[in-house]
Amino acid sequence: MRLLIKNGHVIDPSNKIDGKRDIFIDGGFIKRVAKKIQISNVDTVNASGKYVCPGFIDMHVHLREPGREDKETIATCARAAARGGFTTIVGMPNTTPVGDDQTVVSYVNQKAREEGIINVHAIGNITKGAQGKELAQIADLIKAGAVAVSDDGCSVMNAGVMLRALEYLKMFKIPLISHAEDTDIAGEWAMHEGRISTRLGLSGKPAAAEDIMISREIILSEHTSTPVHFTHVNSKIALELIKAAKRRGAKISCDTCPHYFSLTDEAVIGYNPNAKMNPPLRSKDHVDAVKKALNTGVIDCITTDHAPHLLVEKYKEFDYCENGIVGLETSIPLVMDKLVSKKIITPKQMVELMSVNPARILNLRKGTLSEGAAADITIIDPKSIEKVDKNKFESKGRNTPFHGWELKGLPVMTIVNGVIVMKDRKVIV
Amino acid sequence: MAINYRRMYNELNSKNEEFENILVKMKAGQDLSTKDILYIDDLKKEDIELIFRVAYPFKQEFIHRPQKKIPLCKGKFQVNFFFEDSTRTRTSFEIAGKHLNADTVNLSGSSISMAKKGETLMDTVRTIRSMNADIIIMRHSKAGTPGMIAKELKCPVINAGDGWHEHPTQTLLDLYTIEEAKGRIAGLKMLLVGDVLHSRVAGSLLRGWNKMGAGEIRVCGPPTMIPKGLEEEFNCKVYYDIEEAIKDVDVVYALRIQWERAASAFIPTVREYSKRFCINPDRLKLAKPDAIVMHAGPINREIDLRTEVMEGPQSKVEEMVTNGFCIRLALLYLLLKGKPGEPSRQKRLIEVRK
Repeated sequence: MRLLIKNGHVIDPSNKIDGKRDIFIDGGFIKRVAKKIQISNVDTVNASGKYVCPGFIDMHVHLREPGREDKETIATCARAAARGGFTTIVGMPNTTPVGDDQTVVSYVNQKAREEGIINVHAIGNITKGAQGKELAQIADLIKAGAVAVSDDGCSVMNAGVMLRALEYLKMFKIPLISHAEDTDIAGEWAMHEGRISTRLGLSGKPAAAEDIMISREIILSEHTSTPVHFTHVNSKIALELIKAAKRRGAKISCDTCPHYFSLTDEAVIGYNPNAKMNPPLRSKDHVDAVKKALNTGVIDCITTDHAPHLLVEKYKEFDYCENGIVGLETSIPLVMDKLVSKKIITPKQMVELMSVNPARILNLRKGTLSEGAAADITIIDPKSIEKVDKNKFESKGRNTPFHGWELKGLPVMTIVNGVIVMKDRKVIV
Repeated sequence: MAINYRRMYNELNSKNEEFENILVKMKAGQDLSTKDILYIDDLKKEDIELIFRVAYPFKQEFIHRPQKKIPLCKGKFQVNFFFEDSTRTRTSFEIAGKHLNADTVNLSGSSISMAKKGETLMDTVRTIRSMNADIIIMRHSKAGTPGMIAKELKCPVINAGDGWHEHPTQTLLDLYTIEEAKGRIAGLKMLLVGDVLHSRVAGSLLRGWNKMGAGEIRVCGPPTMIPKGLEEEFNCKVYYDIEEAIKDVDVVYALRIQWERAASAFIPTVREYSKRFCINPDRLKLAKPDAIVMHAGPINREIDLRTEVMEGPQSKVEEMVTNGFCIRLALLYLLLKGKPGEPSRQKRLIEVRK
């Protein structure tokens, strides 16, 4: 398949390109990137006025398959990602059963090949059963295709286990992704601890629950020289700790999610179940710190923590509602509207946060428009505006706090391995 | 108070008016502005004054009758939906309903099929809705739940306590008791002592005191039991020293130490708590000489209050129970007989269905 993308504003930090270019795709690969490419008899996409970027990667989603196909499947999650402008997603292993075993990772990869319209990768567990006690068979997981290990959703509370995991990982080239949470500090909680939790009579979790674990992981990472990536970081002090560690040269990276720069804990007022997640939405000082860290590059990536749930799991007593929201189909619009339009980050920084850096951290040969690279491309129209409508989601999940928000800057085309999978906001395969 | 309801009642009573006519005249054509009694913030000051006016005749005359049955709410169907243990609140709502001749049903604990059979709360609520309940009184261990069900129901919902959040009818009776004893609420110095973190009584009372224009609000308790941001949120000042906090206050309100959770994690022992925070006669002497002492019950004797204080002349503890009964009679009468008010103005659960 041959495709010519003309007149787009190409943003490819890996080749220091940030300007008008044409891109010629052939056989699923990038063939040429140049100021003007003239080829006849080829399908042409006019990308005038649009950002043409290396395909966006979301390194933290919940595929829900295997086990909770009622919430989401690999097929629907991939479609949601395609609609949201992502060419690659990476699934966390807290499925049923959990991904502590090569069969689960193999299953996800096989289903992804058969049914996924974009690239889907799997993450394996750090510990058996995500219990935080004994190491999972990490070498087997990697052999089956795991691109990282994580006990996301659960905390490895035992520091000795975490230390051994990091030592063991020295043999491999995959990162450990830390869901950092001290469950003793957290206890039973429903939201961020502060003025709003006091107003609503809900039990609060302070940011210290995350900070203390991030601090521990930094120490262990520096002690072992093994890279650690922190996911869904949203705390002021945690970001200071990460900044200082990076300055020392520690192999630390981190991501945050769109809801952590778009919403404060005030979104919970009214006991809104779609404002309930872990870590919880925090107060404005934390949100401001997240924005600043995005601006200064302390935060490396933006992920969604896409967490589809059934309606019934979100329509009950607030304390009993499941944590998490869907994010794949609102991520780019929120980044464009809340960060790029507001000049908190540049379009180039967006591409680094959502394509270049996730590829680098996970050692994926992606995040670039170099000639010969797989033709994964995300095209964004910075001027188009849309009202978020959860009923138009490709995801099975409808649990979003952004329903009805008018956002400017939308993904308008997703190309995976040279094939257009989303065009003009519609999935077309 | 905008209307001197005591004088108003005395005039009506001296003319030997029928009790129901007295209620109608005390109502003075006013109805509650809200459909439900969910949260103190939803109520206007005029609503609270209306509730007091209607409660007053019940307190003066009705509850002293040898035969307490009046068909004001005859044929109405009242559901007491209690997901958590309750003695005084449920009893007073139930008896209030029965005195007004409503048919009352209690759903509580193991009698709720959802608890055993996995039905969701909202489906249980739909079942009750299908039976055309006229009013639902709900207590639930989780904050925000009465507001959530009120959205599903056309009939009024009274929040009889939701988690650590609010207990508005308790606050209405508390305010009534203070007004009755002091003749006013505005300008008084208030002190709240104890486990504010886990207390829905505190959640409503601090809002109520602010709404009625209390002069100064002090809160005293161990820091582990004072929730974050309390001072800014509720316009109060936090003290850790009871002798300092109690100085010259008009109202001393002690909260119950909840043995089951507090003793295990938030304070070393209840004895140590009582040494620092129990309201004893010596401490009470530091308050204004005519200060009143209040407690929502159940009381831990010698922990929350010393017996001498609890049974002393300044204590309003027993009066509060009587007043609670009258407030609930008034609320049932107003909600079941009055014109329905507006649904809560408070932002509630967002629409998740579709």
